[in-house]
Amino acid sequence: MTVPVDAGRRRIEELLEEHEEQILGRWFEIAGTMSGGHVDRGGAAVPFGEIYRALRRSLTGSEGGSDLRGLLAELSRSRARHGFTPSETASVVFGLKEAVYEIVEADGTPEALRGFIWFSRLVDEHGLFTFETYAAARERIIADQAEQLLELSTPVVKLWEGIVAVPLVGTLDSARTQVVMEKLLQTLVETGSEHAVIDITGVPAVDTQVAQHLLKTVMAARLMGAECVISGIRPQIAHTIVTLGIEFGDIVTKASLADALVHALRQSGVEFAEARSPRIAVRTEAG
Amino acid sequence: MDRVPVLKLGDILIVSIQIDLQDQSVLALQEDLADKVVQTGARGVIIDITAVEIIDSFIGRMLSTIASITRLLDAETVVVGMRPAVAITLVELGLSLGGVRTALNLEKGVALLNHLDGARLAVAPR
Amino acid sequence: MTSSGELPINGNGDVVLVRQEVRAAALEAGLSLVDQTKIVTAASELARNALVYAGGGRVRIEIVRNGVRAGLRLTFSDDGPGIPDIEQALVDGWTTGNGLGLGLSGSRRLVDEFDLRSAPGEGTLITVTKWAR
Repeated sequence: MTVPVDAGRRRIEELLEEHEEQILGRWFEIAGTMSGGHVDRGGAAVPFGEIYRALRRSLTGSEGGSDLRGLLAELSRSRARHGFTPSETASVVFGLKEAVYEIVEADGTPEALRGFIWFSRLVDEHGLFTFETYAAARERIIADQAEQLLELSTPVVKLWEGIVAVPLVGTLDSARTQVVMEKLLQTLVETGSEHAVIDITGVPAVDTQVAQHLLKTVMAARLMGAECVISGIRPQIAHTIVTLGIEFGDIVTKASLADALVHALRQSGVEFAEARSPRIAVRTEAG
Repeated sequence: MDRVPVLKLGDILIVSIQIDLQDQSVLALQEDLADKVVQTGARGVIIDITAVEIIDSFIGRMLSTIASITRLLDAETVVVGMRPAVAITLVELGLSLGGVRTALNLEKGVALLNHLDGARLAVAPR
Repeated sequence: MTSSGELPINGNGDVVLVRQEVRAAALEAGLSLVDQTKIVTAASELARNALVYAGGGRVRIEIVRNGVRAGLRLTFSDDGPGIPDIEQALVDGWTTGNGLGLGLSGSRRLVDEFDLRSAPGEGTLITVTKWAR
């Protein structure tokens, strides 16, 4: 027994039209049991009717299913926000198959049965699409957060006229170091600062790549006409740098941010007065 | 081919590169500068690259060469206004511009030349 | 230029043109300013190499996609004498011309992917790719 695919498809389309109300009702019930009886949890209502009609338009109409995709994407996003898992969302879509199958079974024609295979494949595609949308939305959120974190964690501060500093805190990875360094160099240009202090007191460890990035920044700053001092190198980091054989060359390093600031001030021509013996201020209460 | 103009301000020659450099323009600039330094007896040369979007190894080598040539002619060369992206790229490329002095901008470049000149006078036997 | 195109490299003026076209394409591919500068510099080095060592060549500029990431791919090809020892050609400071020998090795450091195919007498094909971060 062979039935042309087209005939099967046509029969399904007819059934979808004739039994719209019945299918919608069943779909709602099935979806309810599938997602543990709380299809409408927290207001994330599924617009069954709209999706159903968009699906029918995508079969017959000329707009190629972009309406339907939009609705499914929106469904996936809104349900994700309300804490549904992507499988729960996808199974809501898959529920439509069961609802339609009941109608097909009742119809009993070979066309309908043949067409159901085609329809089932179509619904699977749409179900998987909600999955993809969910994953893409997640990825975007993670990327945005990573970027915001990067921006927040890299302040470049002015210490003195012509002296800026970047206090680095936390683990440095290659990407973050690169962002910090670009920002530092940009600040040098904008503020006309000839001295920069890179303070790594708050950095627990560095690897070869990060150390290389630090070095490259110092070299890039020199090419631009500015000098960098690295301060706050912990003993473990000094150990790593020497063990890895990274050549720090003639780069100035200081124990603390304060020492680095003194160095930078001296370099920019500020003179320090000798420390005087402590003065005792005597104040007399005059009448 | 576009020629890069060389301006004279007191005893300093100023070159501001505003175009995307062709190799011939670069070579011509090298010659023009050497001639001008001798002609004017300039003690300093400032090359302003604020507008330059990229420096490859050819242009970088030219900057080093100009610095070496003018030094032989008793004039210091200062390259000013290198953009951060250009500096990062040069370092990655492996170019260090040996022998070239740098400053953040034109004003600081002039200050550096004056400072160098002062130092030179100070150590010169009287 | 939309997403792909080919430019000839036959004279010094073409090197400048290649830089400008690569810059425009890098902007379109969404590369950061630093990454734009890096790929344009690499393009300048490779275009000059094609000119100096092979007497000319051409470059294909295309915007490529890898999942959600966009990138810029440049393919330099020439019909010159080719490179006999590729390993050595990629060493810093190695040159048969009168340059600094940073063209190939330096360009490789400026991009994310670098592929060089060459044999004596068969010209050289270099493909470089830079991905948007």
